[in-house]
Amino acid sequence: MSPEPILSIRNLCAGVEGRQILKGINLTIYPGEVHAVMGPNGSGKSTLANVLAGRDGYQVTDGQVLYCGKDLLAMAPEERACEGVFLAFQYPVEIPGVNSTYFLKAAYNAIRKYRGLPELDAMEFLALVKEKMKLLHLPEDLLRRPVNEGFSGGEKKRNEIFQMAVLEPKLAILDETDSGLDIDALKVVAAGVNKLRRADNAQLVITHYQRLLNYIVPDHVHVLCDGRIATSGGKELALELEEKGYDWILGCNTCDKPCKPVGAAVSA
Amino acid sequence: MLTAMHARPEPKPVPSSAAPELKDTGPYWAKFLRLQKLAQEPAWLAALRNSAMNRFVELGFPTLQDEDWRFTNIAPIVKLPFRPVLEPRAERWAADSLGRFPFTAQPARRLVFVDGHFAPELSAPGNLLPGLRLGSLAQALTTDDALLQAHLFHLAQPQDNAFAALNAAFFRDGALVVVPPGMALAEPVHLLFISTGPDPGTTAHVRNLIVAEAGSRLTVVESYVSLTEAAVLTNTATELTVGDQAVVEHIRFQDESLSAYHLGILGARLGRAGNVIYHCLNLGARLSRTNLRIHLAGEGLQCILNGLYLTRGDQLADHHMIVEHAQPNCASHEYFNGILADKSKGVFHGRILVRPGAQKTDAKQTNKNLLLSDDATVDTKPQLEIYADDVKCTHGATVGQLDPQAIFYLRSRGLGLETARRMLIHAFAGEIIERVRHTGLRDELDQLVWTRLEAHEKVAINLTGESERACLTT
Repeated sequence: MSPEPILSIRNLCAGVEGRQILKGINLTIYPGEVHAVMGPNGSGKSTLANVLAGRDGYQVTDGQVLYCGKDLLAMAPEERACEGVFLAFQYPVEIPGVNSTYFLKAAYNAIRKYRGLPELDAMEFLALVKEKMKLLHLPEDLLRRPVNEGFSGGEKKRNEIFQMAVLEPKLAILDETDSGLDIDALKVVAAGVNKLRRADNAQLVITHYQRLLNYIVPDHVHVLCDGRIATSGGKELALELEEKGYDWILGCNTCDKPCKPVGAAVSA
Repeated sequence: MLTAMHARPEPKPVPSSAAPELKDTGPYWAKFLRLQKLAQEPAWLAALRNSAMNRFVELGFPTLQDEDWRFTNIAPIVKLPFRPVLEPRAERWAADSLGRFPFTAQPARRLVFVDGHFAPELSAPGNLLPGLRLGSLAQALTTDDALLQAHLFHLAQPQDNAFAALNAAFFRDGALVVVPPGMALAEPVHLLFISTGPDPGTTAHVRNLIVAEAGSRLTVVESYVSLTEAAVLTNTATELTVGDQAVVEHIRFQDESLSAYHLGILGARLGRAGNVIYHCLNLGARLSRTNLRIHLAGEGLQCILNGLYLTRGDQLADHHMIVEHAQPNCASHEYFNGILADKSKGVFHGRILVRPGAQKTDAKQTNKNLLLSDDATVDTKPQLEIYADDVKCTHGATVGQLDPQAIFYLRSRGLGLETARRMLIHAFAGEIIERVRHTGLRDELDQLVWTRLEAHEKVAINLTGESERACLTT
C-alpha cells in the first residue's frame, strides 16, 4: 500500500572506539516526509547522522539500514552521496586552496556521472549555481573563495544548504544546522530547506532545540535518549519538549538509565 | 653601499675539523690550474677566484656536525669525481630541441646554457634596448667592466661555504641581466640551464648576475633541467640586485633528473620601496640544497618568498633561508609548502633577522609540509632573531598528512576517495602556485605540478583507502 520508504533503520547499534552509542534505533522515513530527531547532548544524534553518511571511525555492531531498498551501510561515503544521501555538517570543514565552484562542480558532475547523466559544462553549471544562490541569499564572491575558508558561522551553514540545493538529494540529513545561527540566518536557512522539500524526497532534521522546528515543520518528531528513540510523536511533541525540557521524558522506560537533564530548552 | 652588502648575516667561524672528507685537494688544484690557463679575465677576477679556491680548501665540505648542514648529508656529492665543465661543448643543438623543457613555449627573451656555458644558437635575447644587457657573463668578463666588478661576489660570497667557494673559483659562465633605470620589460627573461652529463660528477658551475635598476620592472625565470641520468652536479649562484622602487618577479625552477645533485644560492639585495616576489620550486634532483640570502636594504619595500618542493623516492630537498630586515617599514612574507612521498626528506631552515632600527618590520614565515607516506620525513626550523622593538613577526611550521575531515567532507559530496585526495594535494601546491603573478607562467606551472602530482599519486594511495572501507562493512 504505502510506497517504499526512503530510509528504513532497523535496530541500528553503533559506537566509537568500543563505546556503544546507538543501542537499537528504529526509524522509517517515507517520501515527502520531514522527520526531526531531538535529544539531549550525548544522546547519539550526531552519531546517527555520521553513521548514515559513512564517516570513518564509527563501528556498526548490529542492525540494518536500507536506503531505497539498498544496504546503505555497505556503501562508501561517495556512493551514498551519489545515491542521493546528503549530510549538512554540524561543523562544515574549511578546505584551503580548493575553490568553491570547482569543488561543487566536481561533486555535481561526479553524481551525474554515477547516474549515467551527461555532465554539465562550466557555463551550464554557473547558471544553475546562480539560481540556487538566490535561494540562500549568498554573496556571489563566496563561490570564488576556497571552500568554507574564512566563512562566518552563518555563511558556513548557509553554504551547506546551498550545496544541498545544488545537489538535490533524495535524503537530506541536517545535523544541528541551527547551532550557531542567529534568528535571521536561521530563517533564511529554514526557508531554503523548505523550498527544497518535495513529494519524492525526505529530510531528517537533527536538532537540540525546538527553535528550528518553528520554521522547518516536521511530520514526525523523535526523541533520542541514550542511543534509543525514547518517544515519537507529531510536531506537537517538539513544543511539549520546549515547554518541559528533556527532563520530561525522564520517566520513559526505554532506557537502562534516565536521561540527564540538560536544563531548560532555549527559547526561540 | 658595498660595505652594507658585505655585512654577512651570519658570521660563523668554521672549525678546521669540519672537513674530514676533503683528504686530497689535488684534483681540485689540478682543475683550477687548468682553468687559470683557459680564462682570459680581468686581474681582479683572477684574484677573487684565487682567494675563493683557497677558501674552499680552508673550509672543506660541510658535514652533519655543521649546524647549517646537520640534516643534509652531502657525502654522496663529496664522493663524486670532480669534473667541472671548463669549456663549452663542441656539439651544437638544433634550435627546436628546447621544446621538451618547461617555459620554452612562453614568449620570452631566452638565454640558454648547456653545462654552464652559453649556447648562442639556442638563445634568443631579443632586441637589446638601450641600456639593457642580456647575455653571457663570460663574454662580458672578457673586457674589464666596472659594473661587474661592483656586483660580482658581493651577494653570494665565496666565504659562505665550500660550494659557494667552489662556484666562485670554477664558474665559467652564466647569465648577465641588467635592466636600466625605469625600463619595464614586457616579456619575461628566461634563463635555461641544461645539464647533459654524461659522466658522474660532471659539474656545471653557473654564476648569474641580475641587476634591476631603480624603477625598472622585470620578470625572470631561472630554470634548471637535465638531459642525463648520470649523477651530475649543478652548483649555481645567482646575485640579484633590485634597485629602489623596482618591481621584480623571479621564478627559480629546478627540475633536474632524480640522480642529479643541485646546489643553488640566491644572494639578493633589495632597495627602497621595491616590490619583489621570488618563487622557489624544487621538483627534481636526488639532493637539492637552496640557500636564500635576502637582504632588505632599503626602507618600505615588500618582499614575498614563495616556495614549493615536491619529493618522492629518496629525494632530499633542503631550503636554507635568511631574510635580513635592515631598514624600517619593510614587509617580508615567506611561504614554503612541501609535498613529500615515499622515503623522501625535506629540510627547511628559515631565519628572519631584524636588525636594530628596522622598526615597523612586518615579517611572516610559514613552512607547511604534507607527508604522503609514513616514511617521508621533514626537519623544519623556523627562527626569529629580532633586535628592534616595534615589529610584527610571526613564524610557524606544520608537518602532517591529509586532513581526514576534509577528505570525508569531499567524499560526502560524491567525490571518490582518490579524487578527494588529489584535490587536497593539488590545493596544497596551489596555495603556492597561485601567487605567481605572470599568468602564462602560472598556468604552465600549475599544469606541470598537477601532472607531476598525478603521476606520483599512484605511490601514495596506500594510507586511507583500505581502512576506510573496512570499518564501513563491519
